[in-house]
Amino acid sequence: MKFLVRRIIFYAITAWAAITLNFVIPRLMPGNPVQSLINKFQGQLSTSATHSLYVLFGLDKHQSLWDQYWTYWGELLHGNLGISFAYFPTPVSEVIGQALPWTIALVGISTIISVVLGTLLGTFIGWRRGTWMDGVLPVTTFFSSVPYFWLGLIFIAVFAVLIPVFPAGGGYDGALIPAFNAEFIGSVVQHAALPAITIVLSSVAGWILSQRNMMVTVTSEDYVTVAQAKGLKERTVMFGYAARNAILPQVSGFALSLGFVVSGTLVMELVFSYPGIGYSLFQAINAHDYPLMQGIFLVITISVLIANIIADMVYVFLDPRTRQEG
Amino acid sequence: MSNAPIVNDAEIIGTDVTSQPTPTATSAGGKRHRKRFASLRNAKSITGLVIFGTFVILAIIGPWIAPYDPSTITNDLLLPPDAQHWLGTDHLGRDILSQLLVGTQGVMIVGVLAGVLATALAVLIGVSAGFLGGAADEILSALSNIFLVIPALPLIVIVAGALPNAGNLLIAFVLAVTGWAWGARILRAQTLSLRGRDFIEASRANGESTWRIVWFETLPNLTAIIASSFISTVTFAVLTQTTLAFIGVTSVTDWSWGTVLYWAQANGALARGAWWWFVPAGLLIAILGMSLTLINFGIDEFVNPRLRLAGLSARRMRKTGIRPRIGFTAMVRDAPTGPAARRPAPSAAPVPAAAAAPSSASASEVSR
Amino acid sequence: MNTVSTPTPGIGESVRSTGAGRPVLEIKNLSVDYGYGEDRVHALRNVSLTLREGEVLGLAGESGCGKSTLVYGATRLLPPPGLISSGEVLYYPEDGGEPVDILRQPEDALRASRWQDTAIVFQGAMNSLNPVHRIGRQITDAIAAHRPETTKAERQDRARELLDMVGIDPGRISSFPHQLSGGMRQRVMIAMALALESRVLIMDEPTTALDVVMQRQIIEQIVELRENLGFSVIFITHDVSLLIEIADRIAIMYAGDIVEQGPASRMYRQPRHPYTRGLLNSFPPLRGPRREMTGIPGSPPDLVNLPTGCPYHPRCPYAMPICSEKIPTLIEPTAGGSEPGRLVACWLEEDAEATVPPELAVRA
Repeated sequence: MKFLVRRIIFYAITAWAAITLNFVIPRLMPGNPVQSLINKFQGQLSTSATHSLYVLFGLDKHQSLWDQYWTYWGELLHGNLGISFAYFPTPVSEVIGQALPWTIALVGISTIISVVLGTLLGTFIGWRRGTWMDGVLPVTTFFSSVPYFWLGLIFIAVFAVLIPVFPAGGGYDGALIPAFNAEFIGSVVQHAALPAITIVLSSVAGWILSQRNMMVTVTSEDYVTVAQAKGLKERTVMFGYAARNAILPQVSGFALSLGFVVSGTLVMELVFSYPGIGYSLFQAINAHDYPLMQGIFLVITISVLIANIIADMVYVFLDPRTRQEG
Repeated sequence: MSNAPIVNDAEIIGTDVTSQPTPTATSAGGKRHRKRFASLRNAKSITGLVIFGTFVILAIIGPWIAPYDPSTITNDLLLPPDAQHWLGTDHLGRDILSQLLVGTQGVMIVGVLAGVLATALAVLIGVSAGFLGGAADEILSALSNIFLVIPALPLIVIVAGALPNAGNLLIAFVLAVTGWAWGARILRAQTLSLRGRDFIEASRANGESTWRIVWFETLPNLTAIIASSFISTVTFAVLTQTTLAFIGVTSVTDWSWGTVLYWAQANGALARGAWWWFVPAGLLIAILGMSLTLINFGIDEFVNPRLRLAGLSARRMRKTGIRPRIGFTAMVRDAPTGPAARRPAPSAAPVPAAAAAPSSASASEVSR
Repeated sequence: MNTVSTPTPGIGESVRSTGAGRPVLEIKNLSVDYGYGEDRVHALRNVSLTLREGEVLGLAGESGCGKSTLVYGATRLLPPPGLISSGEVLYYPEDGGEPVDILRQPEDALRASRWQDTAIVFQGAMNSLNPVHRIGRQITDAIAAHRPETTKAERQDRARELLDMVGIDPGRISSFPHQLSGGMRQRVMIAMALALESRVLIMDEPTTALDVVMQRQIIEQIVELRENLGFSVIFITHDVSLLIEIADRIAIMYAGDIVEQGPASRMYRQPRHPYTRGLLNSFPPLRGPRREMTGIPGSPPDLVNLPTGCPYHPRCPYAMPICSEKIPTLIEPTAGGSEPGRLVACWLEEDAEATVPPELAVRA
């Protein structure tokens, strides 16, 4: 329990740091970004939108920094992330709310597939070290060095343009009306397939390599030799003894590298024009939509933190040493 | 059983679960020089270093050897590769090879600079955390964990996007600030384990200053890890810089590989089938990334001897008929098994003194 | 304790009350290298050793001399870069059938015979138990693998019985390894090794990591269990005086070779190899009159850089010119007086001209 309490305190601190960072960054920016924005949107912004911009960027001269910070927290806790410029006058929370399910489905599912697949393959390759299976390593090394988005570009060029088996982008067929029917869901799956394959292919290599190295390290532990000496079935030794222990650092590694993986997959949404949160982020960048950018940053960070907490719980479940009573 | 770095030759794994022959201090001393560079003799590391070195040279001479000005607009629109334009041209008739050659500089500067800055931060924070312990350790560890967990890319995007015309130096700086945490975490763990070792304890007992212990006793033993964390950060920086350029956060007129991809994506290179526009840039990134990964493999195998396999590649083992199988010690096939080997003829020639050199083990075998 | 240290008659026709003296395990000319090709290190060089039914065979030597390599090589449990380069390891089945060469046995057959024929108590119980499984499960999975016909309840009962046998509260069956003390973990390892009542038990420094009181208890337990169950034991330790107490026969290893072997009591009273003598003088005897403790000057040789000739000669007080030139072979000693069941690899015994120092010669 102590382990979990410690972790929860850590996540609370991290969440606070991310939120505060979000508050501080615009206030550290040189010049007057708001003024230049308002000029850019000439007349398109209502007075209240202009005011909320000033509040957001800390240019409200009537408030001290401290008061601004509290106002910021108050707004945040009410789910108010400001008004988006790009989708003016839609609130940021609404823009994110529409995009988030797409990302969670695509990035979430493909990341889980990638981790499970990579861990399994890594287990086999690590166990069969020194055989032909080592030949897989250079290939995985190559794939782990490729930027995700570039692989996406290549896949579109090959599987959507050259051999048009998949749609080149989007979340569903534009001619359809979103609804819970077979046609729409089929279209969603069809559109998600290529980005999902790309995400799995480009991120699976990292999981293979790390699990393989952990397997190699763990197989020289004494308890694996003991298991072999006991004449247990190879499958039992490989999964029950070696992989079972090798997976522990894999789980904590998963938690820590999640932020990096999610970053990479967000770019993938841009390549595939996928209507998720990553695509919104890049729309926001192009439109200099700061409230939306910040809102997305917060949502991504919080999601990664939640995934981390889940990974920690899995860890506690897997490693009896962390749930020592008393 | 120990996990300690091994003093044996890099080609033969030292650690074994049962009875690691403990080399004496004298024999280790004689070979230390070779050991220190053992990681560099690793075939993977050499390949990686050679490729990386090529990119460094390209970064330096790239702008000179580029056949055209990368930004000069011509009438040769969207040409596939030919003798004039080896890698074709883009939608404005600009030479893509020249863009890539000139762009190498930006990628390498950002990568190496961010690597150096981030590694310096990682060493500072990681080693201090490991050495100071207590509350300082708690705070510094929490700090690096926070930086690890917060997704770097969106944060960088916000910072870089908010700064007008983010140049290479600024990007490198931002990448360093966001990319040091992993290295710090590993260095802290290693420092902690070093701190408990005998030789550090001994220096402490001798009353050496903490500064001296850190600088002369600890840091030299962290070299491999520092190098590895530098390489990882360079990889991270190169990938992130390319991504930033690709999504158009950095200045789109400063050439880099990501910028080439940005123009390709923005102008429908995919739909037009202009593969020469987006394939080479990505390949360059992949090859550079792979060279860095290879260097790190070499370092990993140096640090963690368990990852080495008797210096035998899978191919060589097949050739010698050795079947590696966990839990079943491999056996050299067709090895002579006759008991005759035991008793030598009494008239066996005495071993010449010269045979006492490096492989005296096999020399004594001869004398049997 | 008194019952076990009865001296054994000659090696050729060793007969003990507990067994027929037939060989159970015969290691012939086993060579093990670390690595392959020009960089290899010879960790074992043509070592031969026989374990007989019902006997306790002690294997001693300084760390790194190859004693663990010998047993792990013989059971094919040596991890890479360990490589068996030559030799045979014959296991003689209980029914008196043809001996099986473990080194050339197909993997499936070897897997099936492991633990059934030869069980091992590993060195360092800290890392020998799987940290994520309960100890009960780690005992029962061995039983399940070899006796698939048993029910889960039967295996659980057996595990409790085994824990009780080694002095652990059977209620601890669902403990995780980290919840047990070092001594308890070592006992769990012993219980595990007894699970299938195998004929051969290899104990690799089973007490090194424990405090003296615990060591004593565990040794007594092992001796008692062997009396009751009658298995043969290979006991590895660097503590020769402990071996004198519990072993019937002792083999001394140095730099990957056996340098002397013989009945325990004789080895104690009359070490013939200078190294054995040095070893005996490095440990206080557990019983009997005090000896002067001298230890051995110098350190064990680096296997990468073995001296020529007898690897012990740089540290040997009796070294002669020939010692640095040729390696002595393991033979029945003659020069210092012959003795049945004794094998020594020393030029003092082989070279007719050499004068054997009186302290190494046979005294009546």
